[in-house]
Amino acid sequence: MKSRSSAIVMTVYLLFLLIPIYWLVNMSLKTNEEITSTFSIFPNHLTFANFATILTDPAWYMGYVNSMIYVVMNTVISITVALPAAYAFSRYSFMGDKHLFFWLLTNRMSPPAVFALPFFQLYSSIGLFDTHIAVALAHCLFNVPLAVWILEGFMRGVPKEIDETAYIDGYSFPRFFIRIFMPLVASGIGVAAFFCFMFSWVELLLSRTLTSVNAKSIAATMTRTVSASGMDWGVLAAAGVLTIVPGALVIYFVRNYIAKGFALGRV
Amino acid sequence: MEKTQNNRAWFLVLPVLVIVAFSAVIPLMTVVNYSVNDTFGSNDFFWNGLGWFEEIVSSERMHSALGRQVLFSAIILSIEVPLGIFVALNMPKKGFWASFCLVLMSLPLLIPFNVVGTIWQIFGRVDIGLLGHTLAAIGVKYNYTNDALDAWVTIIAMDVWHWTSLVALLCYAGLQSIPQAYYQAARIDQASRWSVFRFIELPKMSGVLLIAVLLRFMDSFMIYTEPFVLTGGGPGNSTTFLSIDLVKMAIGQFDLGPAAAFSIMYFLVILLVSWVFYTVMTTLDKAETK
Repeated sequence: MKSRSSAIVMTVYLLFLLIPIYWLVNMSLKTNEEITSTFSIFPNHLTFANFATILTDPAWYMGYVNSMIYVVMNTVISITVALPAAYAFSRYSFMGDKHLFFWLLTNRMSPPAVFALPFFQLYSSIGLFDTHIAVALAHCLFNVPLAVWILEGFMRGVPKEIDETAYIDGYSFPRFFIRIFMPLVASGIGVAAFFCFMFSWVELLLSRTLTSVNAKSIAATMTRTVSASGMDWGVLAAAGVLTIVPGALVIYFVRNYIAKGFALGRV
Repeated sequence: MEKTQNNRAWFLVLPVLVIVAFSAVIPLMTVVNYSVNDTFGSNDFFWNGLGWFEEIVSSERMHSALGRQVLFSAIILSIEVPLGIFVALNMPKKGFWASFCLVLMSLPLLIPFNVVGTIWQIFGRVDIGLLGHTLAAIGVKYNYTNDALDAWVTIIAMDVWHWTSLVALLCYAGLQSIPQAYYQAARIDQASRWSVFRFIELPKMSGVLLIAVLLRFMDSFMIYTEPFVLTGGGPGNSTTFLSIDLVKMAIGQFDLGPAAAFSIMYFLVILLVSWVFYTVMTTLDKAETK
């Protein structure tokens, strides 16, 4: 009896989650005439023209390429700098460590809207406006603290005796760190990388403020199309569907860690 | 874990310090600088002291945006937290269906914020959306683009859709860590379902629940993209939350001084809440390791 009511609750909840997504997919497979003239649960004339538009028009697909470039840059930078820092936080106590850790957290919690204008001016003045690296660095604001927190959570679980044994065996610190320690926290690195990837991918405000043409992100491309050329619902829906794909692909691999990641490594 | 005292660990933290200082401290200092200066353009700045702060604190516009923001966060929390706990309690414990639910539930969390807005924009429209169309068909007058109440309902539905899974996932992770022995003991005592929840599950979830509540508070307090795409802050100003207003002021109208003063106060509120969050969390951590 109990398991049946649970199943009903879960089914209703999952339907609530999936119906809006289904509607987006449905829209993306219709022509614009069909969207505005008739109302149907399934596409009457199945068409992939909307997807074709996106994949052949550079103004659209370059958005995905640009987003990918800065997201990958950001992930690499964030993980590289966060690894040693997380190690330090998990193993050593040093002057001001608690304050530093808290300060990092506040950056994750600070509203990007506060930083939009100063970022714009900062990157304009050093000639980085409208480049991928500008967005990648701007997203470090919330991704580096996040990566440090998640990695610290995973590193805490590795017994300290391993470090000590490695030093006795004559490993130097860099060699120990890369050859022994990093493989031990591999899952943590994967999860942290996944979260950096995701938060950089879903962010709109900063990427829209910091780019205009050459590094324009897909998110910005979508909002600008909405405001500029009336409503091309089909193409907009298709673009939306394509932005969901990367997340949907990688989510399977981190499904068991996703709660830990969102809890900043403290479940 | 016992930690070694070692100040050389600073060298390991240095890269993070440099990069976050570059992307957080420098911009923040710019904001502070703007907040106490006035300009008539062409980079001529003069000292304005706390003038902007006084103006912002007493401005009608800020009060109403703050009011809407607080109301929004309150509604969001009061719906998402109980709903998230309820969903977590009903999730399958293991096996294929557990993974299946985990993957599907995580899906909304990983959709770009503006696409979330787009999805609900398409979903809610009366002419082409399933929700709008269905409501119209059963005779409910619903139009989120020119009715303030409908706009609010849509935004709240969107946020519940988007983020309830986060609360549910965190609670689920908390529930998973409860040993079976607790439940067996409860069965021997013939505890009711409610007392199992109240005296076993809820206390065990309190840690993750705290994180969930505070994450939801922060993120709803700085929500920008989803309402921006869905309603653009309208109709009128009815869904203009703090972030939307701030961006309008800073980038739309280029009112640097007031926008900067506003930013700093906004940031301080967040800072205060983060501090409470951090303190409570570290105290709990300590209590647990004792």
